Amino acid sequence: MTLKIFMLGTCAAALLSGLAQAETLTIATVNNGDMIRMQKLTDDFTAKNPDIQLEWVTLEENILRQRVTTDIATKGGQYDVMTVGSYEVPIWAKQGWLLPLDNLGADYDAADLVPAVSSGLSQDGKLYAAPFYAESSMIMYRKDLFEKAGLTMPEAPNWDFIADAARKITDKSNEVYGICLRGKAGWGENMAFLTATANAFGARWFDEKWQPQFDQPEWKNALSFYVNLMKDAGPPGASSNGFNENLALFQTGKCGMWIDATVAASFVTNPKESTVPDKVGFALAPDAGLGKRGNWLWSWNLAIPAGTKKAEAAEKFVSWATSKAYLELVASKEGWANVPPGTRTSLYNNAEYQKAAPFAKMTLDSINAADPKNPSTKPVPYVGVQFVAIPEFQGLGTAVGQQFSAALAGQTTVDQALASAQQLSVREMTKAGYIK
Amino acid sequence: MATLHTRAAARLMMAPSVLLLLAWMIIPLSLTIYFSFLRYNLLMPGMEEWAGFTNYSFFLTDPAFFQALFNTLAIVVGVLCITVFGGIALALLLDQPMYGQGIVRILVIAPFLIMPTVAALVWKNMFMNPVNGLFAWVAKAVGLQPYDFLSNSPLLSIIVIVAWQWLPFATLILLTALQSLDEDQKEAAQMDGASAWSRFIYITLPHLSRAITVVILIQTIFLLSVFAEILVTTNGGPGTQSTNITYLVYAQALLQFDVGGASAGGIVAVILANIVAFFLIRMIGKNLEA
Amino acid sequence: MAQTVSKERKIIVTVIAWSIGIALFFPIFWTILTSFKTEAEAIASPPSLFFFDWTTENYAEVQSRSNYFGHFMNSVVISLGSTLLGLLIAIPAAWAMAFSPTPRTKDVLMWMLSTKMLPPVGVLVPMYLIFRSVGLLDTRIGLVLVLTLINLPIIVWMLYTYFKEIPGEILEASRMDGASLMKEIIYVLTPMAVPGIASTLLLNIILAWNEAFWTLNLTASKAAPLTAFIASYSSPEGLFYAKLSAASTMAIAPILILGWFSQKQLVRGLTFGAVK
Repeated sequence: MTLKIFMLGTCAAALLSGLAQAETLTIATVNNGDMIRMQKLTDDFTAKNPDIQLEWVTLEENILRQRVTTDIATKGGQYDVMTVGSYEVPIWAKQGWLLPLDNLGADYDAADLVPAVSSGLSQDGKLYAAPFYAESSMIMYRKDLFEKAGLTMPEAPNWDFIADAARKITDKSNEVYGICLRGKAGWGENMAFLTATANAFGARWFDEKWQPQFDQPEWKNALSFYVNLMKDAGPPGASSNGFNENLALFQTGKCGMWIDATVAASFVTNPKESTVPDKVGFALAPDAGLGKRGNWLWSWNLAIPAGTKKAEAAEKFVSWATSKAYLELVASKEGWANVPPGTRTSLYNNAEYQKAAPFAKMTLDSINAADPKNPSTKPVPYVGVQFVAIPEFQGLGTAVGQQFSAALAGQTTVDQALASAQQLSVREMTKAGYIK
Repeated sequence: MATLHTRAAARLMMAPSVLLLLAWMIIPLSLTIYFSFLRYNLLMPGMEEWAGFTNYSFFLTDPAFFQALFNTLAIVVGVLCITVFGGIALALLLDQPMYGQGIVRILVIAPFLIMPTVAALVWKNMFMNPVNGLFAWVAKAVGLQPYDFLSNSPLLSIIVIVAWQWLPFATLILLTALQSLDEDQKEAAQMDGASAWSRFIYITLPHLSRAITVVILIQTIFLLSVFAEILVTTNGGPGTQSTNITYLVYAQALLQFDVGGASAGGIVAVILANIVAFFLIRMIGKNLEA
Repeated sequence: MAQTVSKERKIIVTVIAWSIGIALFFPIFWTILTSFKTEAEAIASPPSLFFFDWTTENYAEVQSRSNYFGHFMNSVVISLGSTLLGLLIAIPAAWAMAFSPTPRTKDVLMWMLSTKMLPPVGVLVPMYLIFRSVGLLDTRIGLVLVLTLINLPIIVWMLYTYFKEIPGEILEASRMDGASLMKEIIYVLTPMAVPGIASTLLLNIILAWNEAFWTLNLTASKAAPLTAFIASYSSPEGLFYAKLSAASTMAIAPILILGWFSQKQLVRGLTFGAVK
């Protein structure tokens, strides 16, 4: 009986939706704050586009990446809009898996997109993914703790100062740790930080002939510096801390400094979430005196898979979510400090935003300082600051990340970790045919 | 009793199960075997080519392979030890008269009902986290340094989490078996002056042997492919200290999207599982004879 | 039960058993408790046991972020559907094995169990390709089929061991009466086997509810069950202990309640032939 009613209901629903000609877009997103905010604001979109309905698939970053990649590579066609990182966009665009976005509407103003970001998403002058937010990395530090220790943070510090300050601030008996850095293994976790940092130390992943470089002294300097610093001034369990874990530590007042994504700035200064909202200062990611700063460049972007049958509706949505009007919508509902940062130049010229977001200038400077084409002080055959934009990097980066994470945990020495990293990189690169 | 008629009927009745499972085994397996001989990366379509045994040699010479093999067995053996011994002790305890037996049973059964992902998330974040976890707080409260479980003893931590989930299962099966034990026999032995220990060794334990066999067999099947707990807590690390074979195959398939390599790894895993199954059935199979 | 037990002994046993029970249950209790705290309170040191401001804001937050009811319904349909379909296929097979055993019966049983040893991740890509070409991606039907096949060996085995306990003479007697095979199953066997079937049903609902590999990898939105729901909370930004606890509680509560209410039935059949 209930089954019958249920079936009837389903039929009726199917019939009704057929009549209304509604199209349902399935959108895959990552579970971070800005994306979740967008989900809550979609009434604005559906009000303007009553014939389009939205279905959300929100997943943790790694699961999202696996699902979306499997789907697009096998042409599964489960999603109409995908959230794609700046690492994948060039690789997928080259495969012809993404539709070029050439119908974003008259008032979209693609020229307003921050050039450092949009150039990485374009190929042959066509945009293949629209940036939803972009980030670099910078130092967030506790002004009160610095004052107490009699230290002043320069605007562009170097690593020696940072290490010294971190050790001075550390007060383990009161659970204050001088510096929190990523340690959790993963190409997008500890390797994002370590690759960017190693750039500043003059290290690189591969030489011009794709020969892995972990046996070079620059890597040894960078990695031992990191491991020693974390041993003296880092929190316990650092080898399983990623972005989220460190964010929680910083918000609860347990870190003196934290070098991580610029988007974190709005979380640590948000009085609703943070216990130290008014005590946070910002500075550029440190250098090691070699002319490169260890700040990365990342963006989460919306892209349309080539297999979708709803390309037109999907493009409408992408245009809405990455438009100037969307930024204003967020600002009107949640305040300027909460708009997704890093994508549009006009945002950084907006006086209201500058006032609400003390980290605005630092964010834009950091983004502009990143150079994906020349990440290290030495020439490299690849593109990408904190990653190497080749398909093999996810697996390789994670495997190397595991070795470095083990070194941080004290399970292996720095030398052993680097030797294993070198060995498995040579293996993978040989298998993939880069090393002849 | 088994007439021709019923034997034919029996075959007919078994057919759906057998055919379905046969299809379920053969179709993916043969595709997997086929892929395992290809150079096939999902991210590079159109580049597929015959690779011979390359994928196998790369998987078997993976620096993490032997560690993964060891970890796989360590998880199976470790969890089995905890759940079988703990299960026997707990079943003996629950078999005693006490107040509120029903409620205790409800408390004990609960971990078995929990999703592995949820269990791992809860243990990792709320208990084993060295800063905000409950264990860290207890350690600090008694003046000790918080111990960083997942970095310093990753494999043991995972074994503990998995054992927590499977202990109820073992306990329940053993308890049901215990309750079917003939009371008269126990009492007679008691009259004869046998100690509690010798009653346990000579009467209870032999009676439980079948139940123990069942626990070992079923749990081994599930424990060989422990995965969610590793993914959530340690990602196989630090280094490869908590990587098992399933996780190694996962890394090939969903991090590198190397279908060829993952397929080869899958086939290796199947062969290893069959070796384990072979020994297992030889060792304990006679116990299952009706 | 001729043995009388001293009161002291009973009290000691009670104390020990309760302590162990509470210890085993504590992680779940703590999760449920944390789900009613604010994020700040969830990581407060020292942790508060009961004296905090109870709040349901985490549940509201989780509900506003994801369609819990949709995921819940998918979990119900998938776990119940796969279990019922599995029983339908397995009952005849188990019956045949139990009452017309051949020398090969045990081998067949062991072979069935061995199909469960295939690591799912090794066959993910082939399965994804098959599912895509027959249009089963992100459908409840697809998941029902997969979970049926995954759990079929366990279902067959549980039923087989249970059916074997049923004395053959009863069947002989009914056969004398001229009852046909179908009638034999419906009127004689089924009533006697109901406890075993119920227990099998429950165990398989639990296993299917908690299956987190195929349910996560073969669905997107329409058929995604609670395992996918929890995957969006596995590491959100900022302080998340309370929200994670609320989401976890919501994901496990239905099966926990079902398990508790039916634990007698579940336990009775959970013998796998281990009891004679």
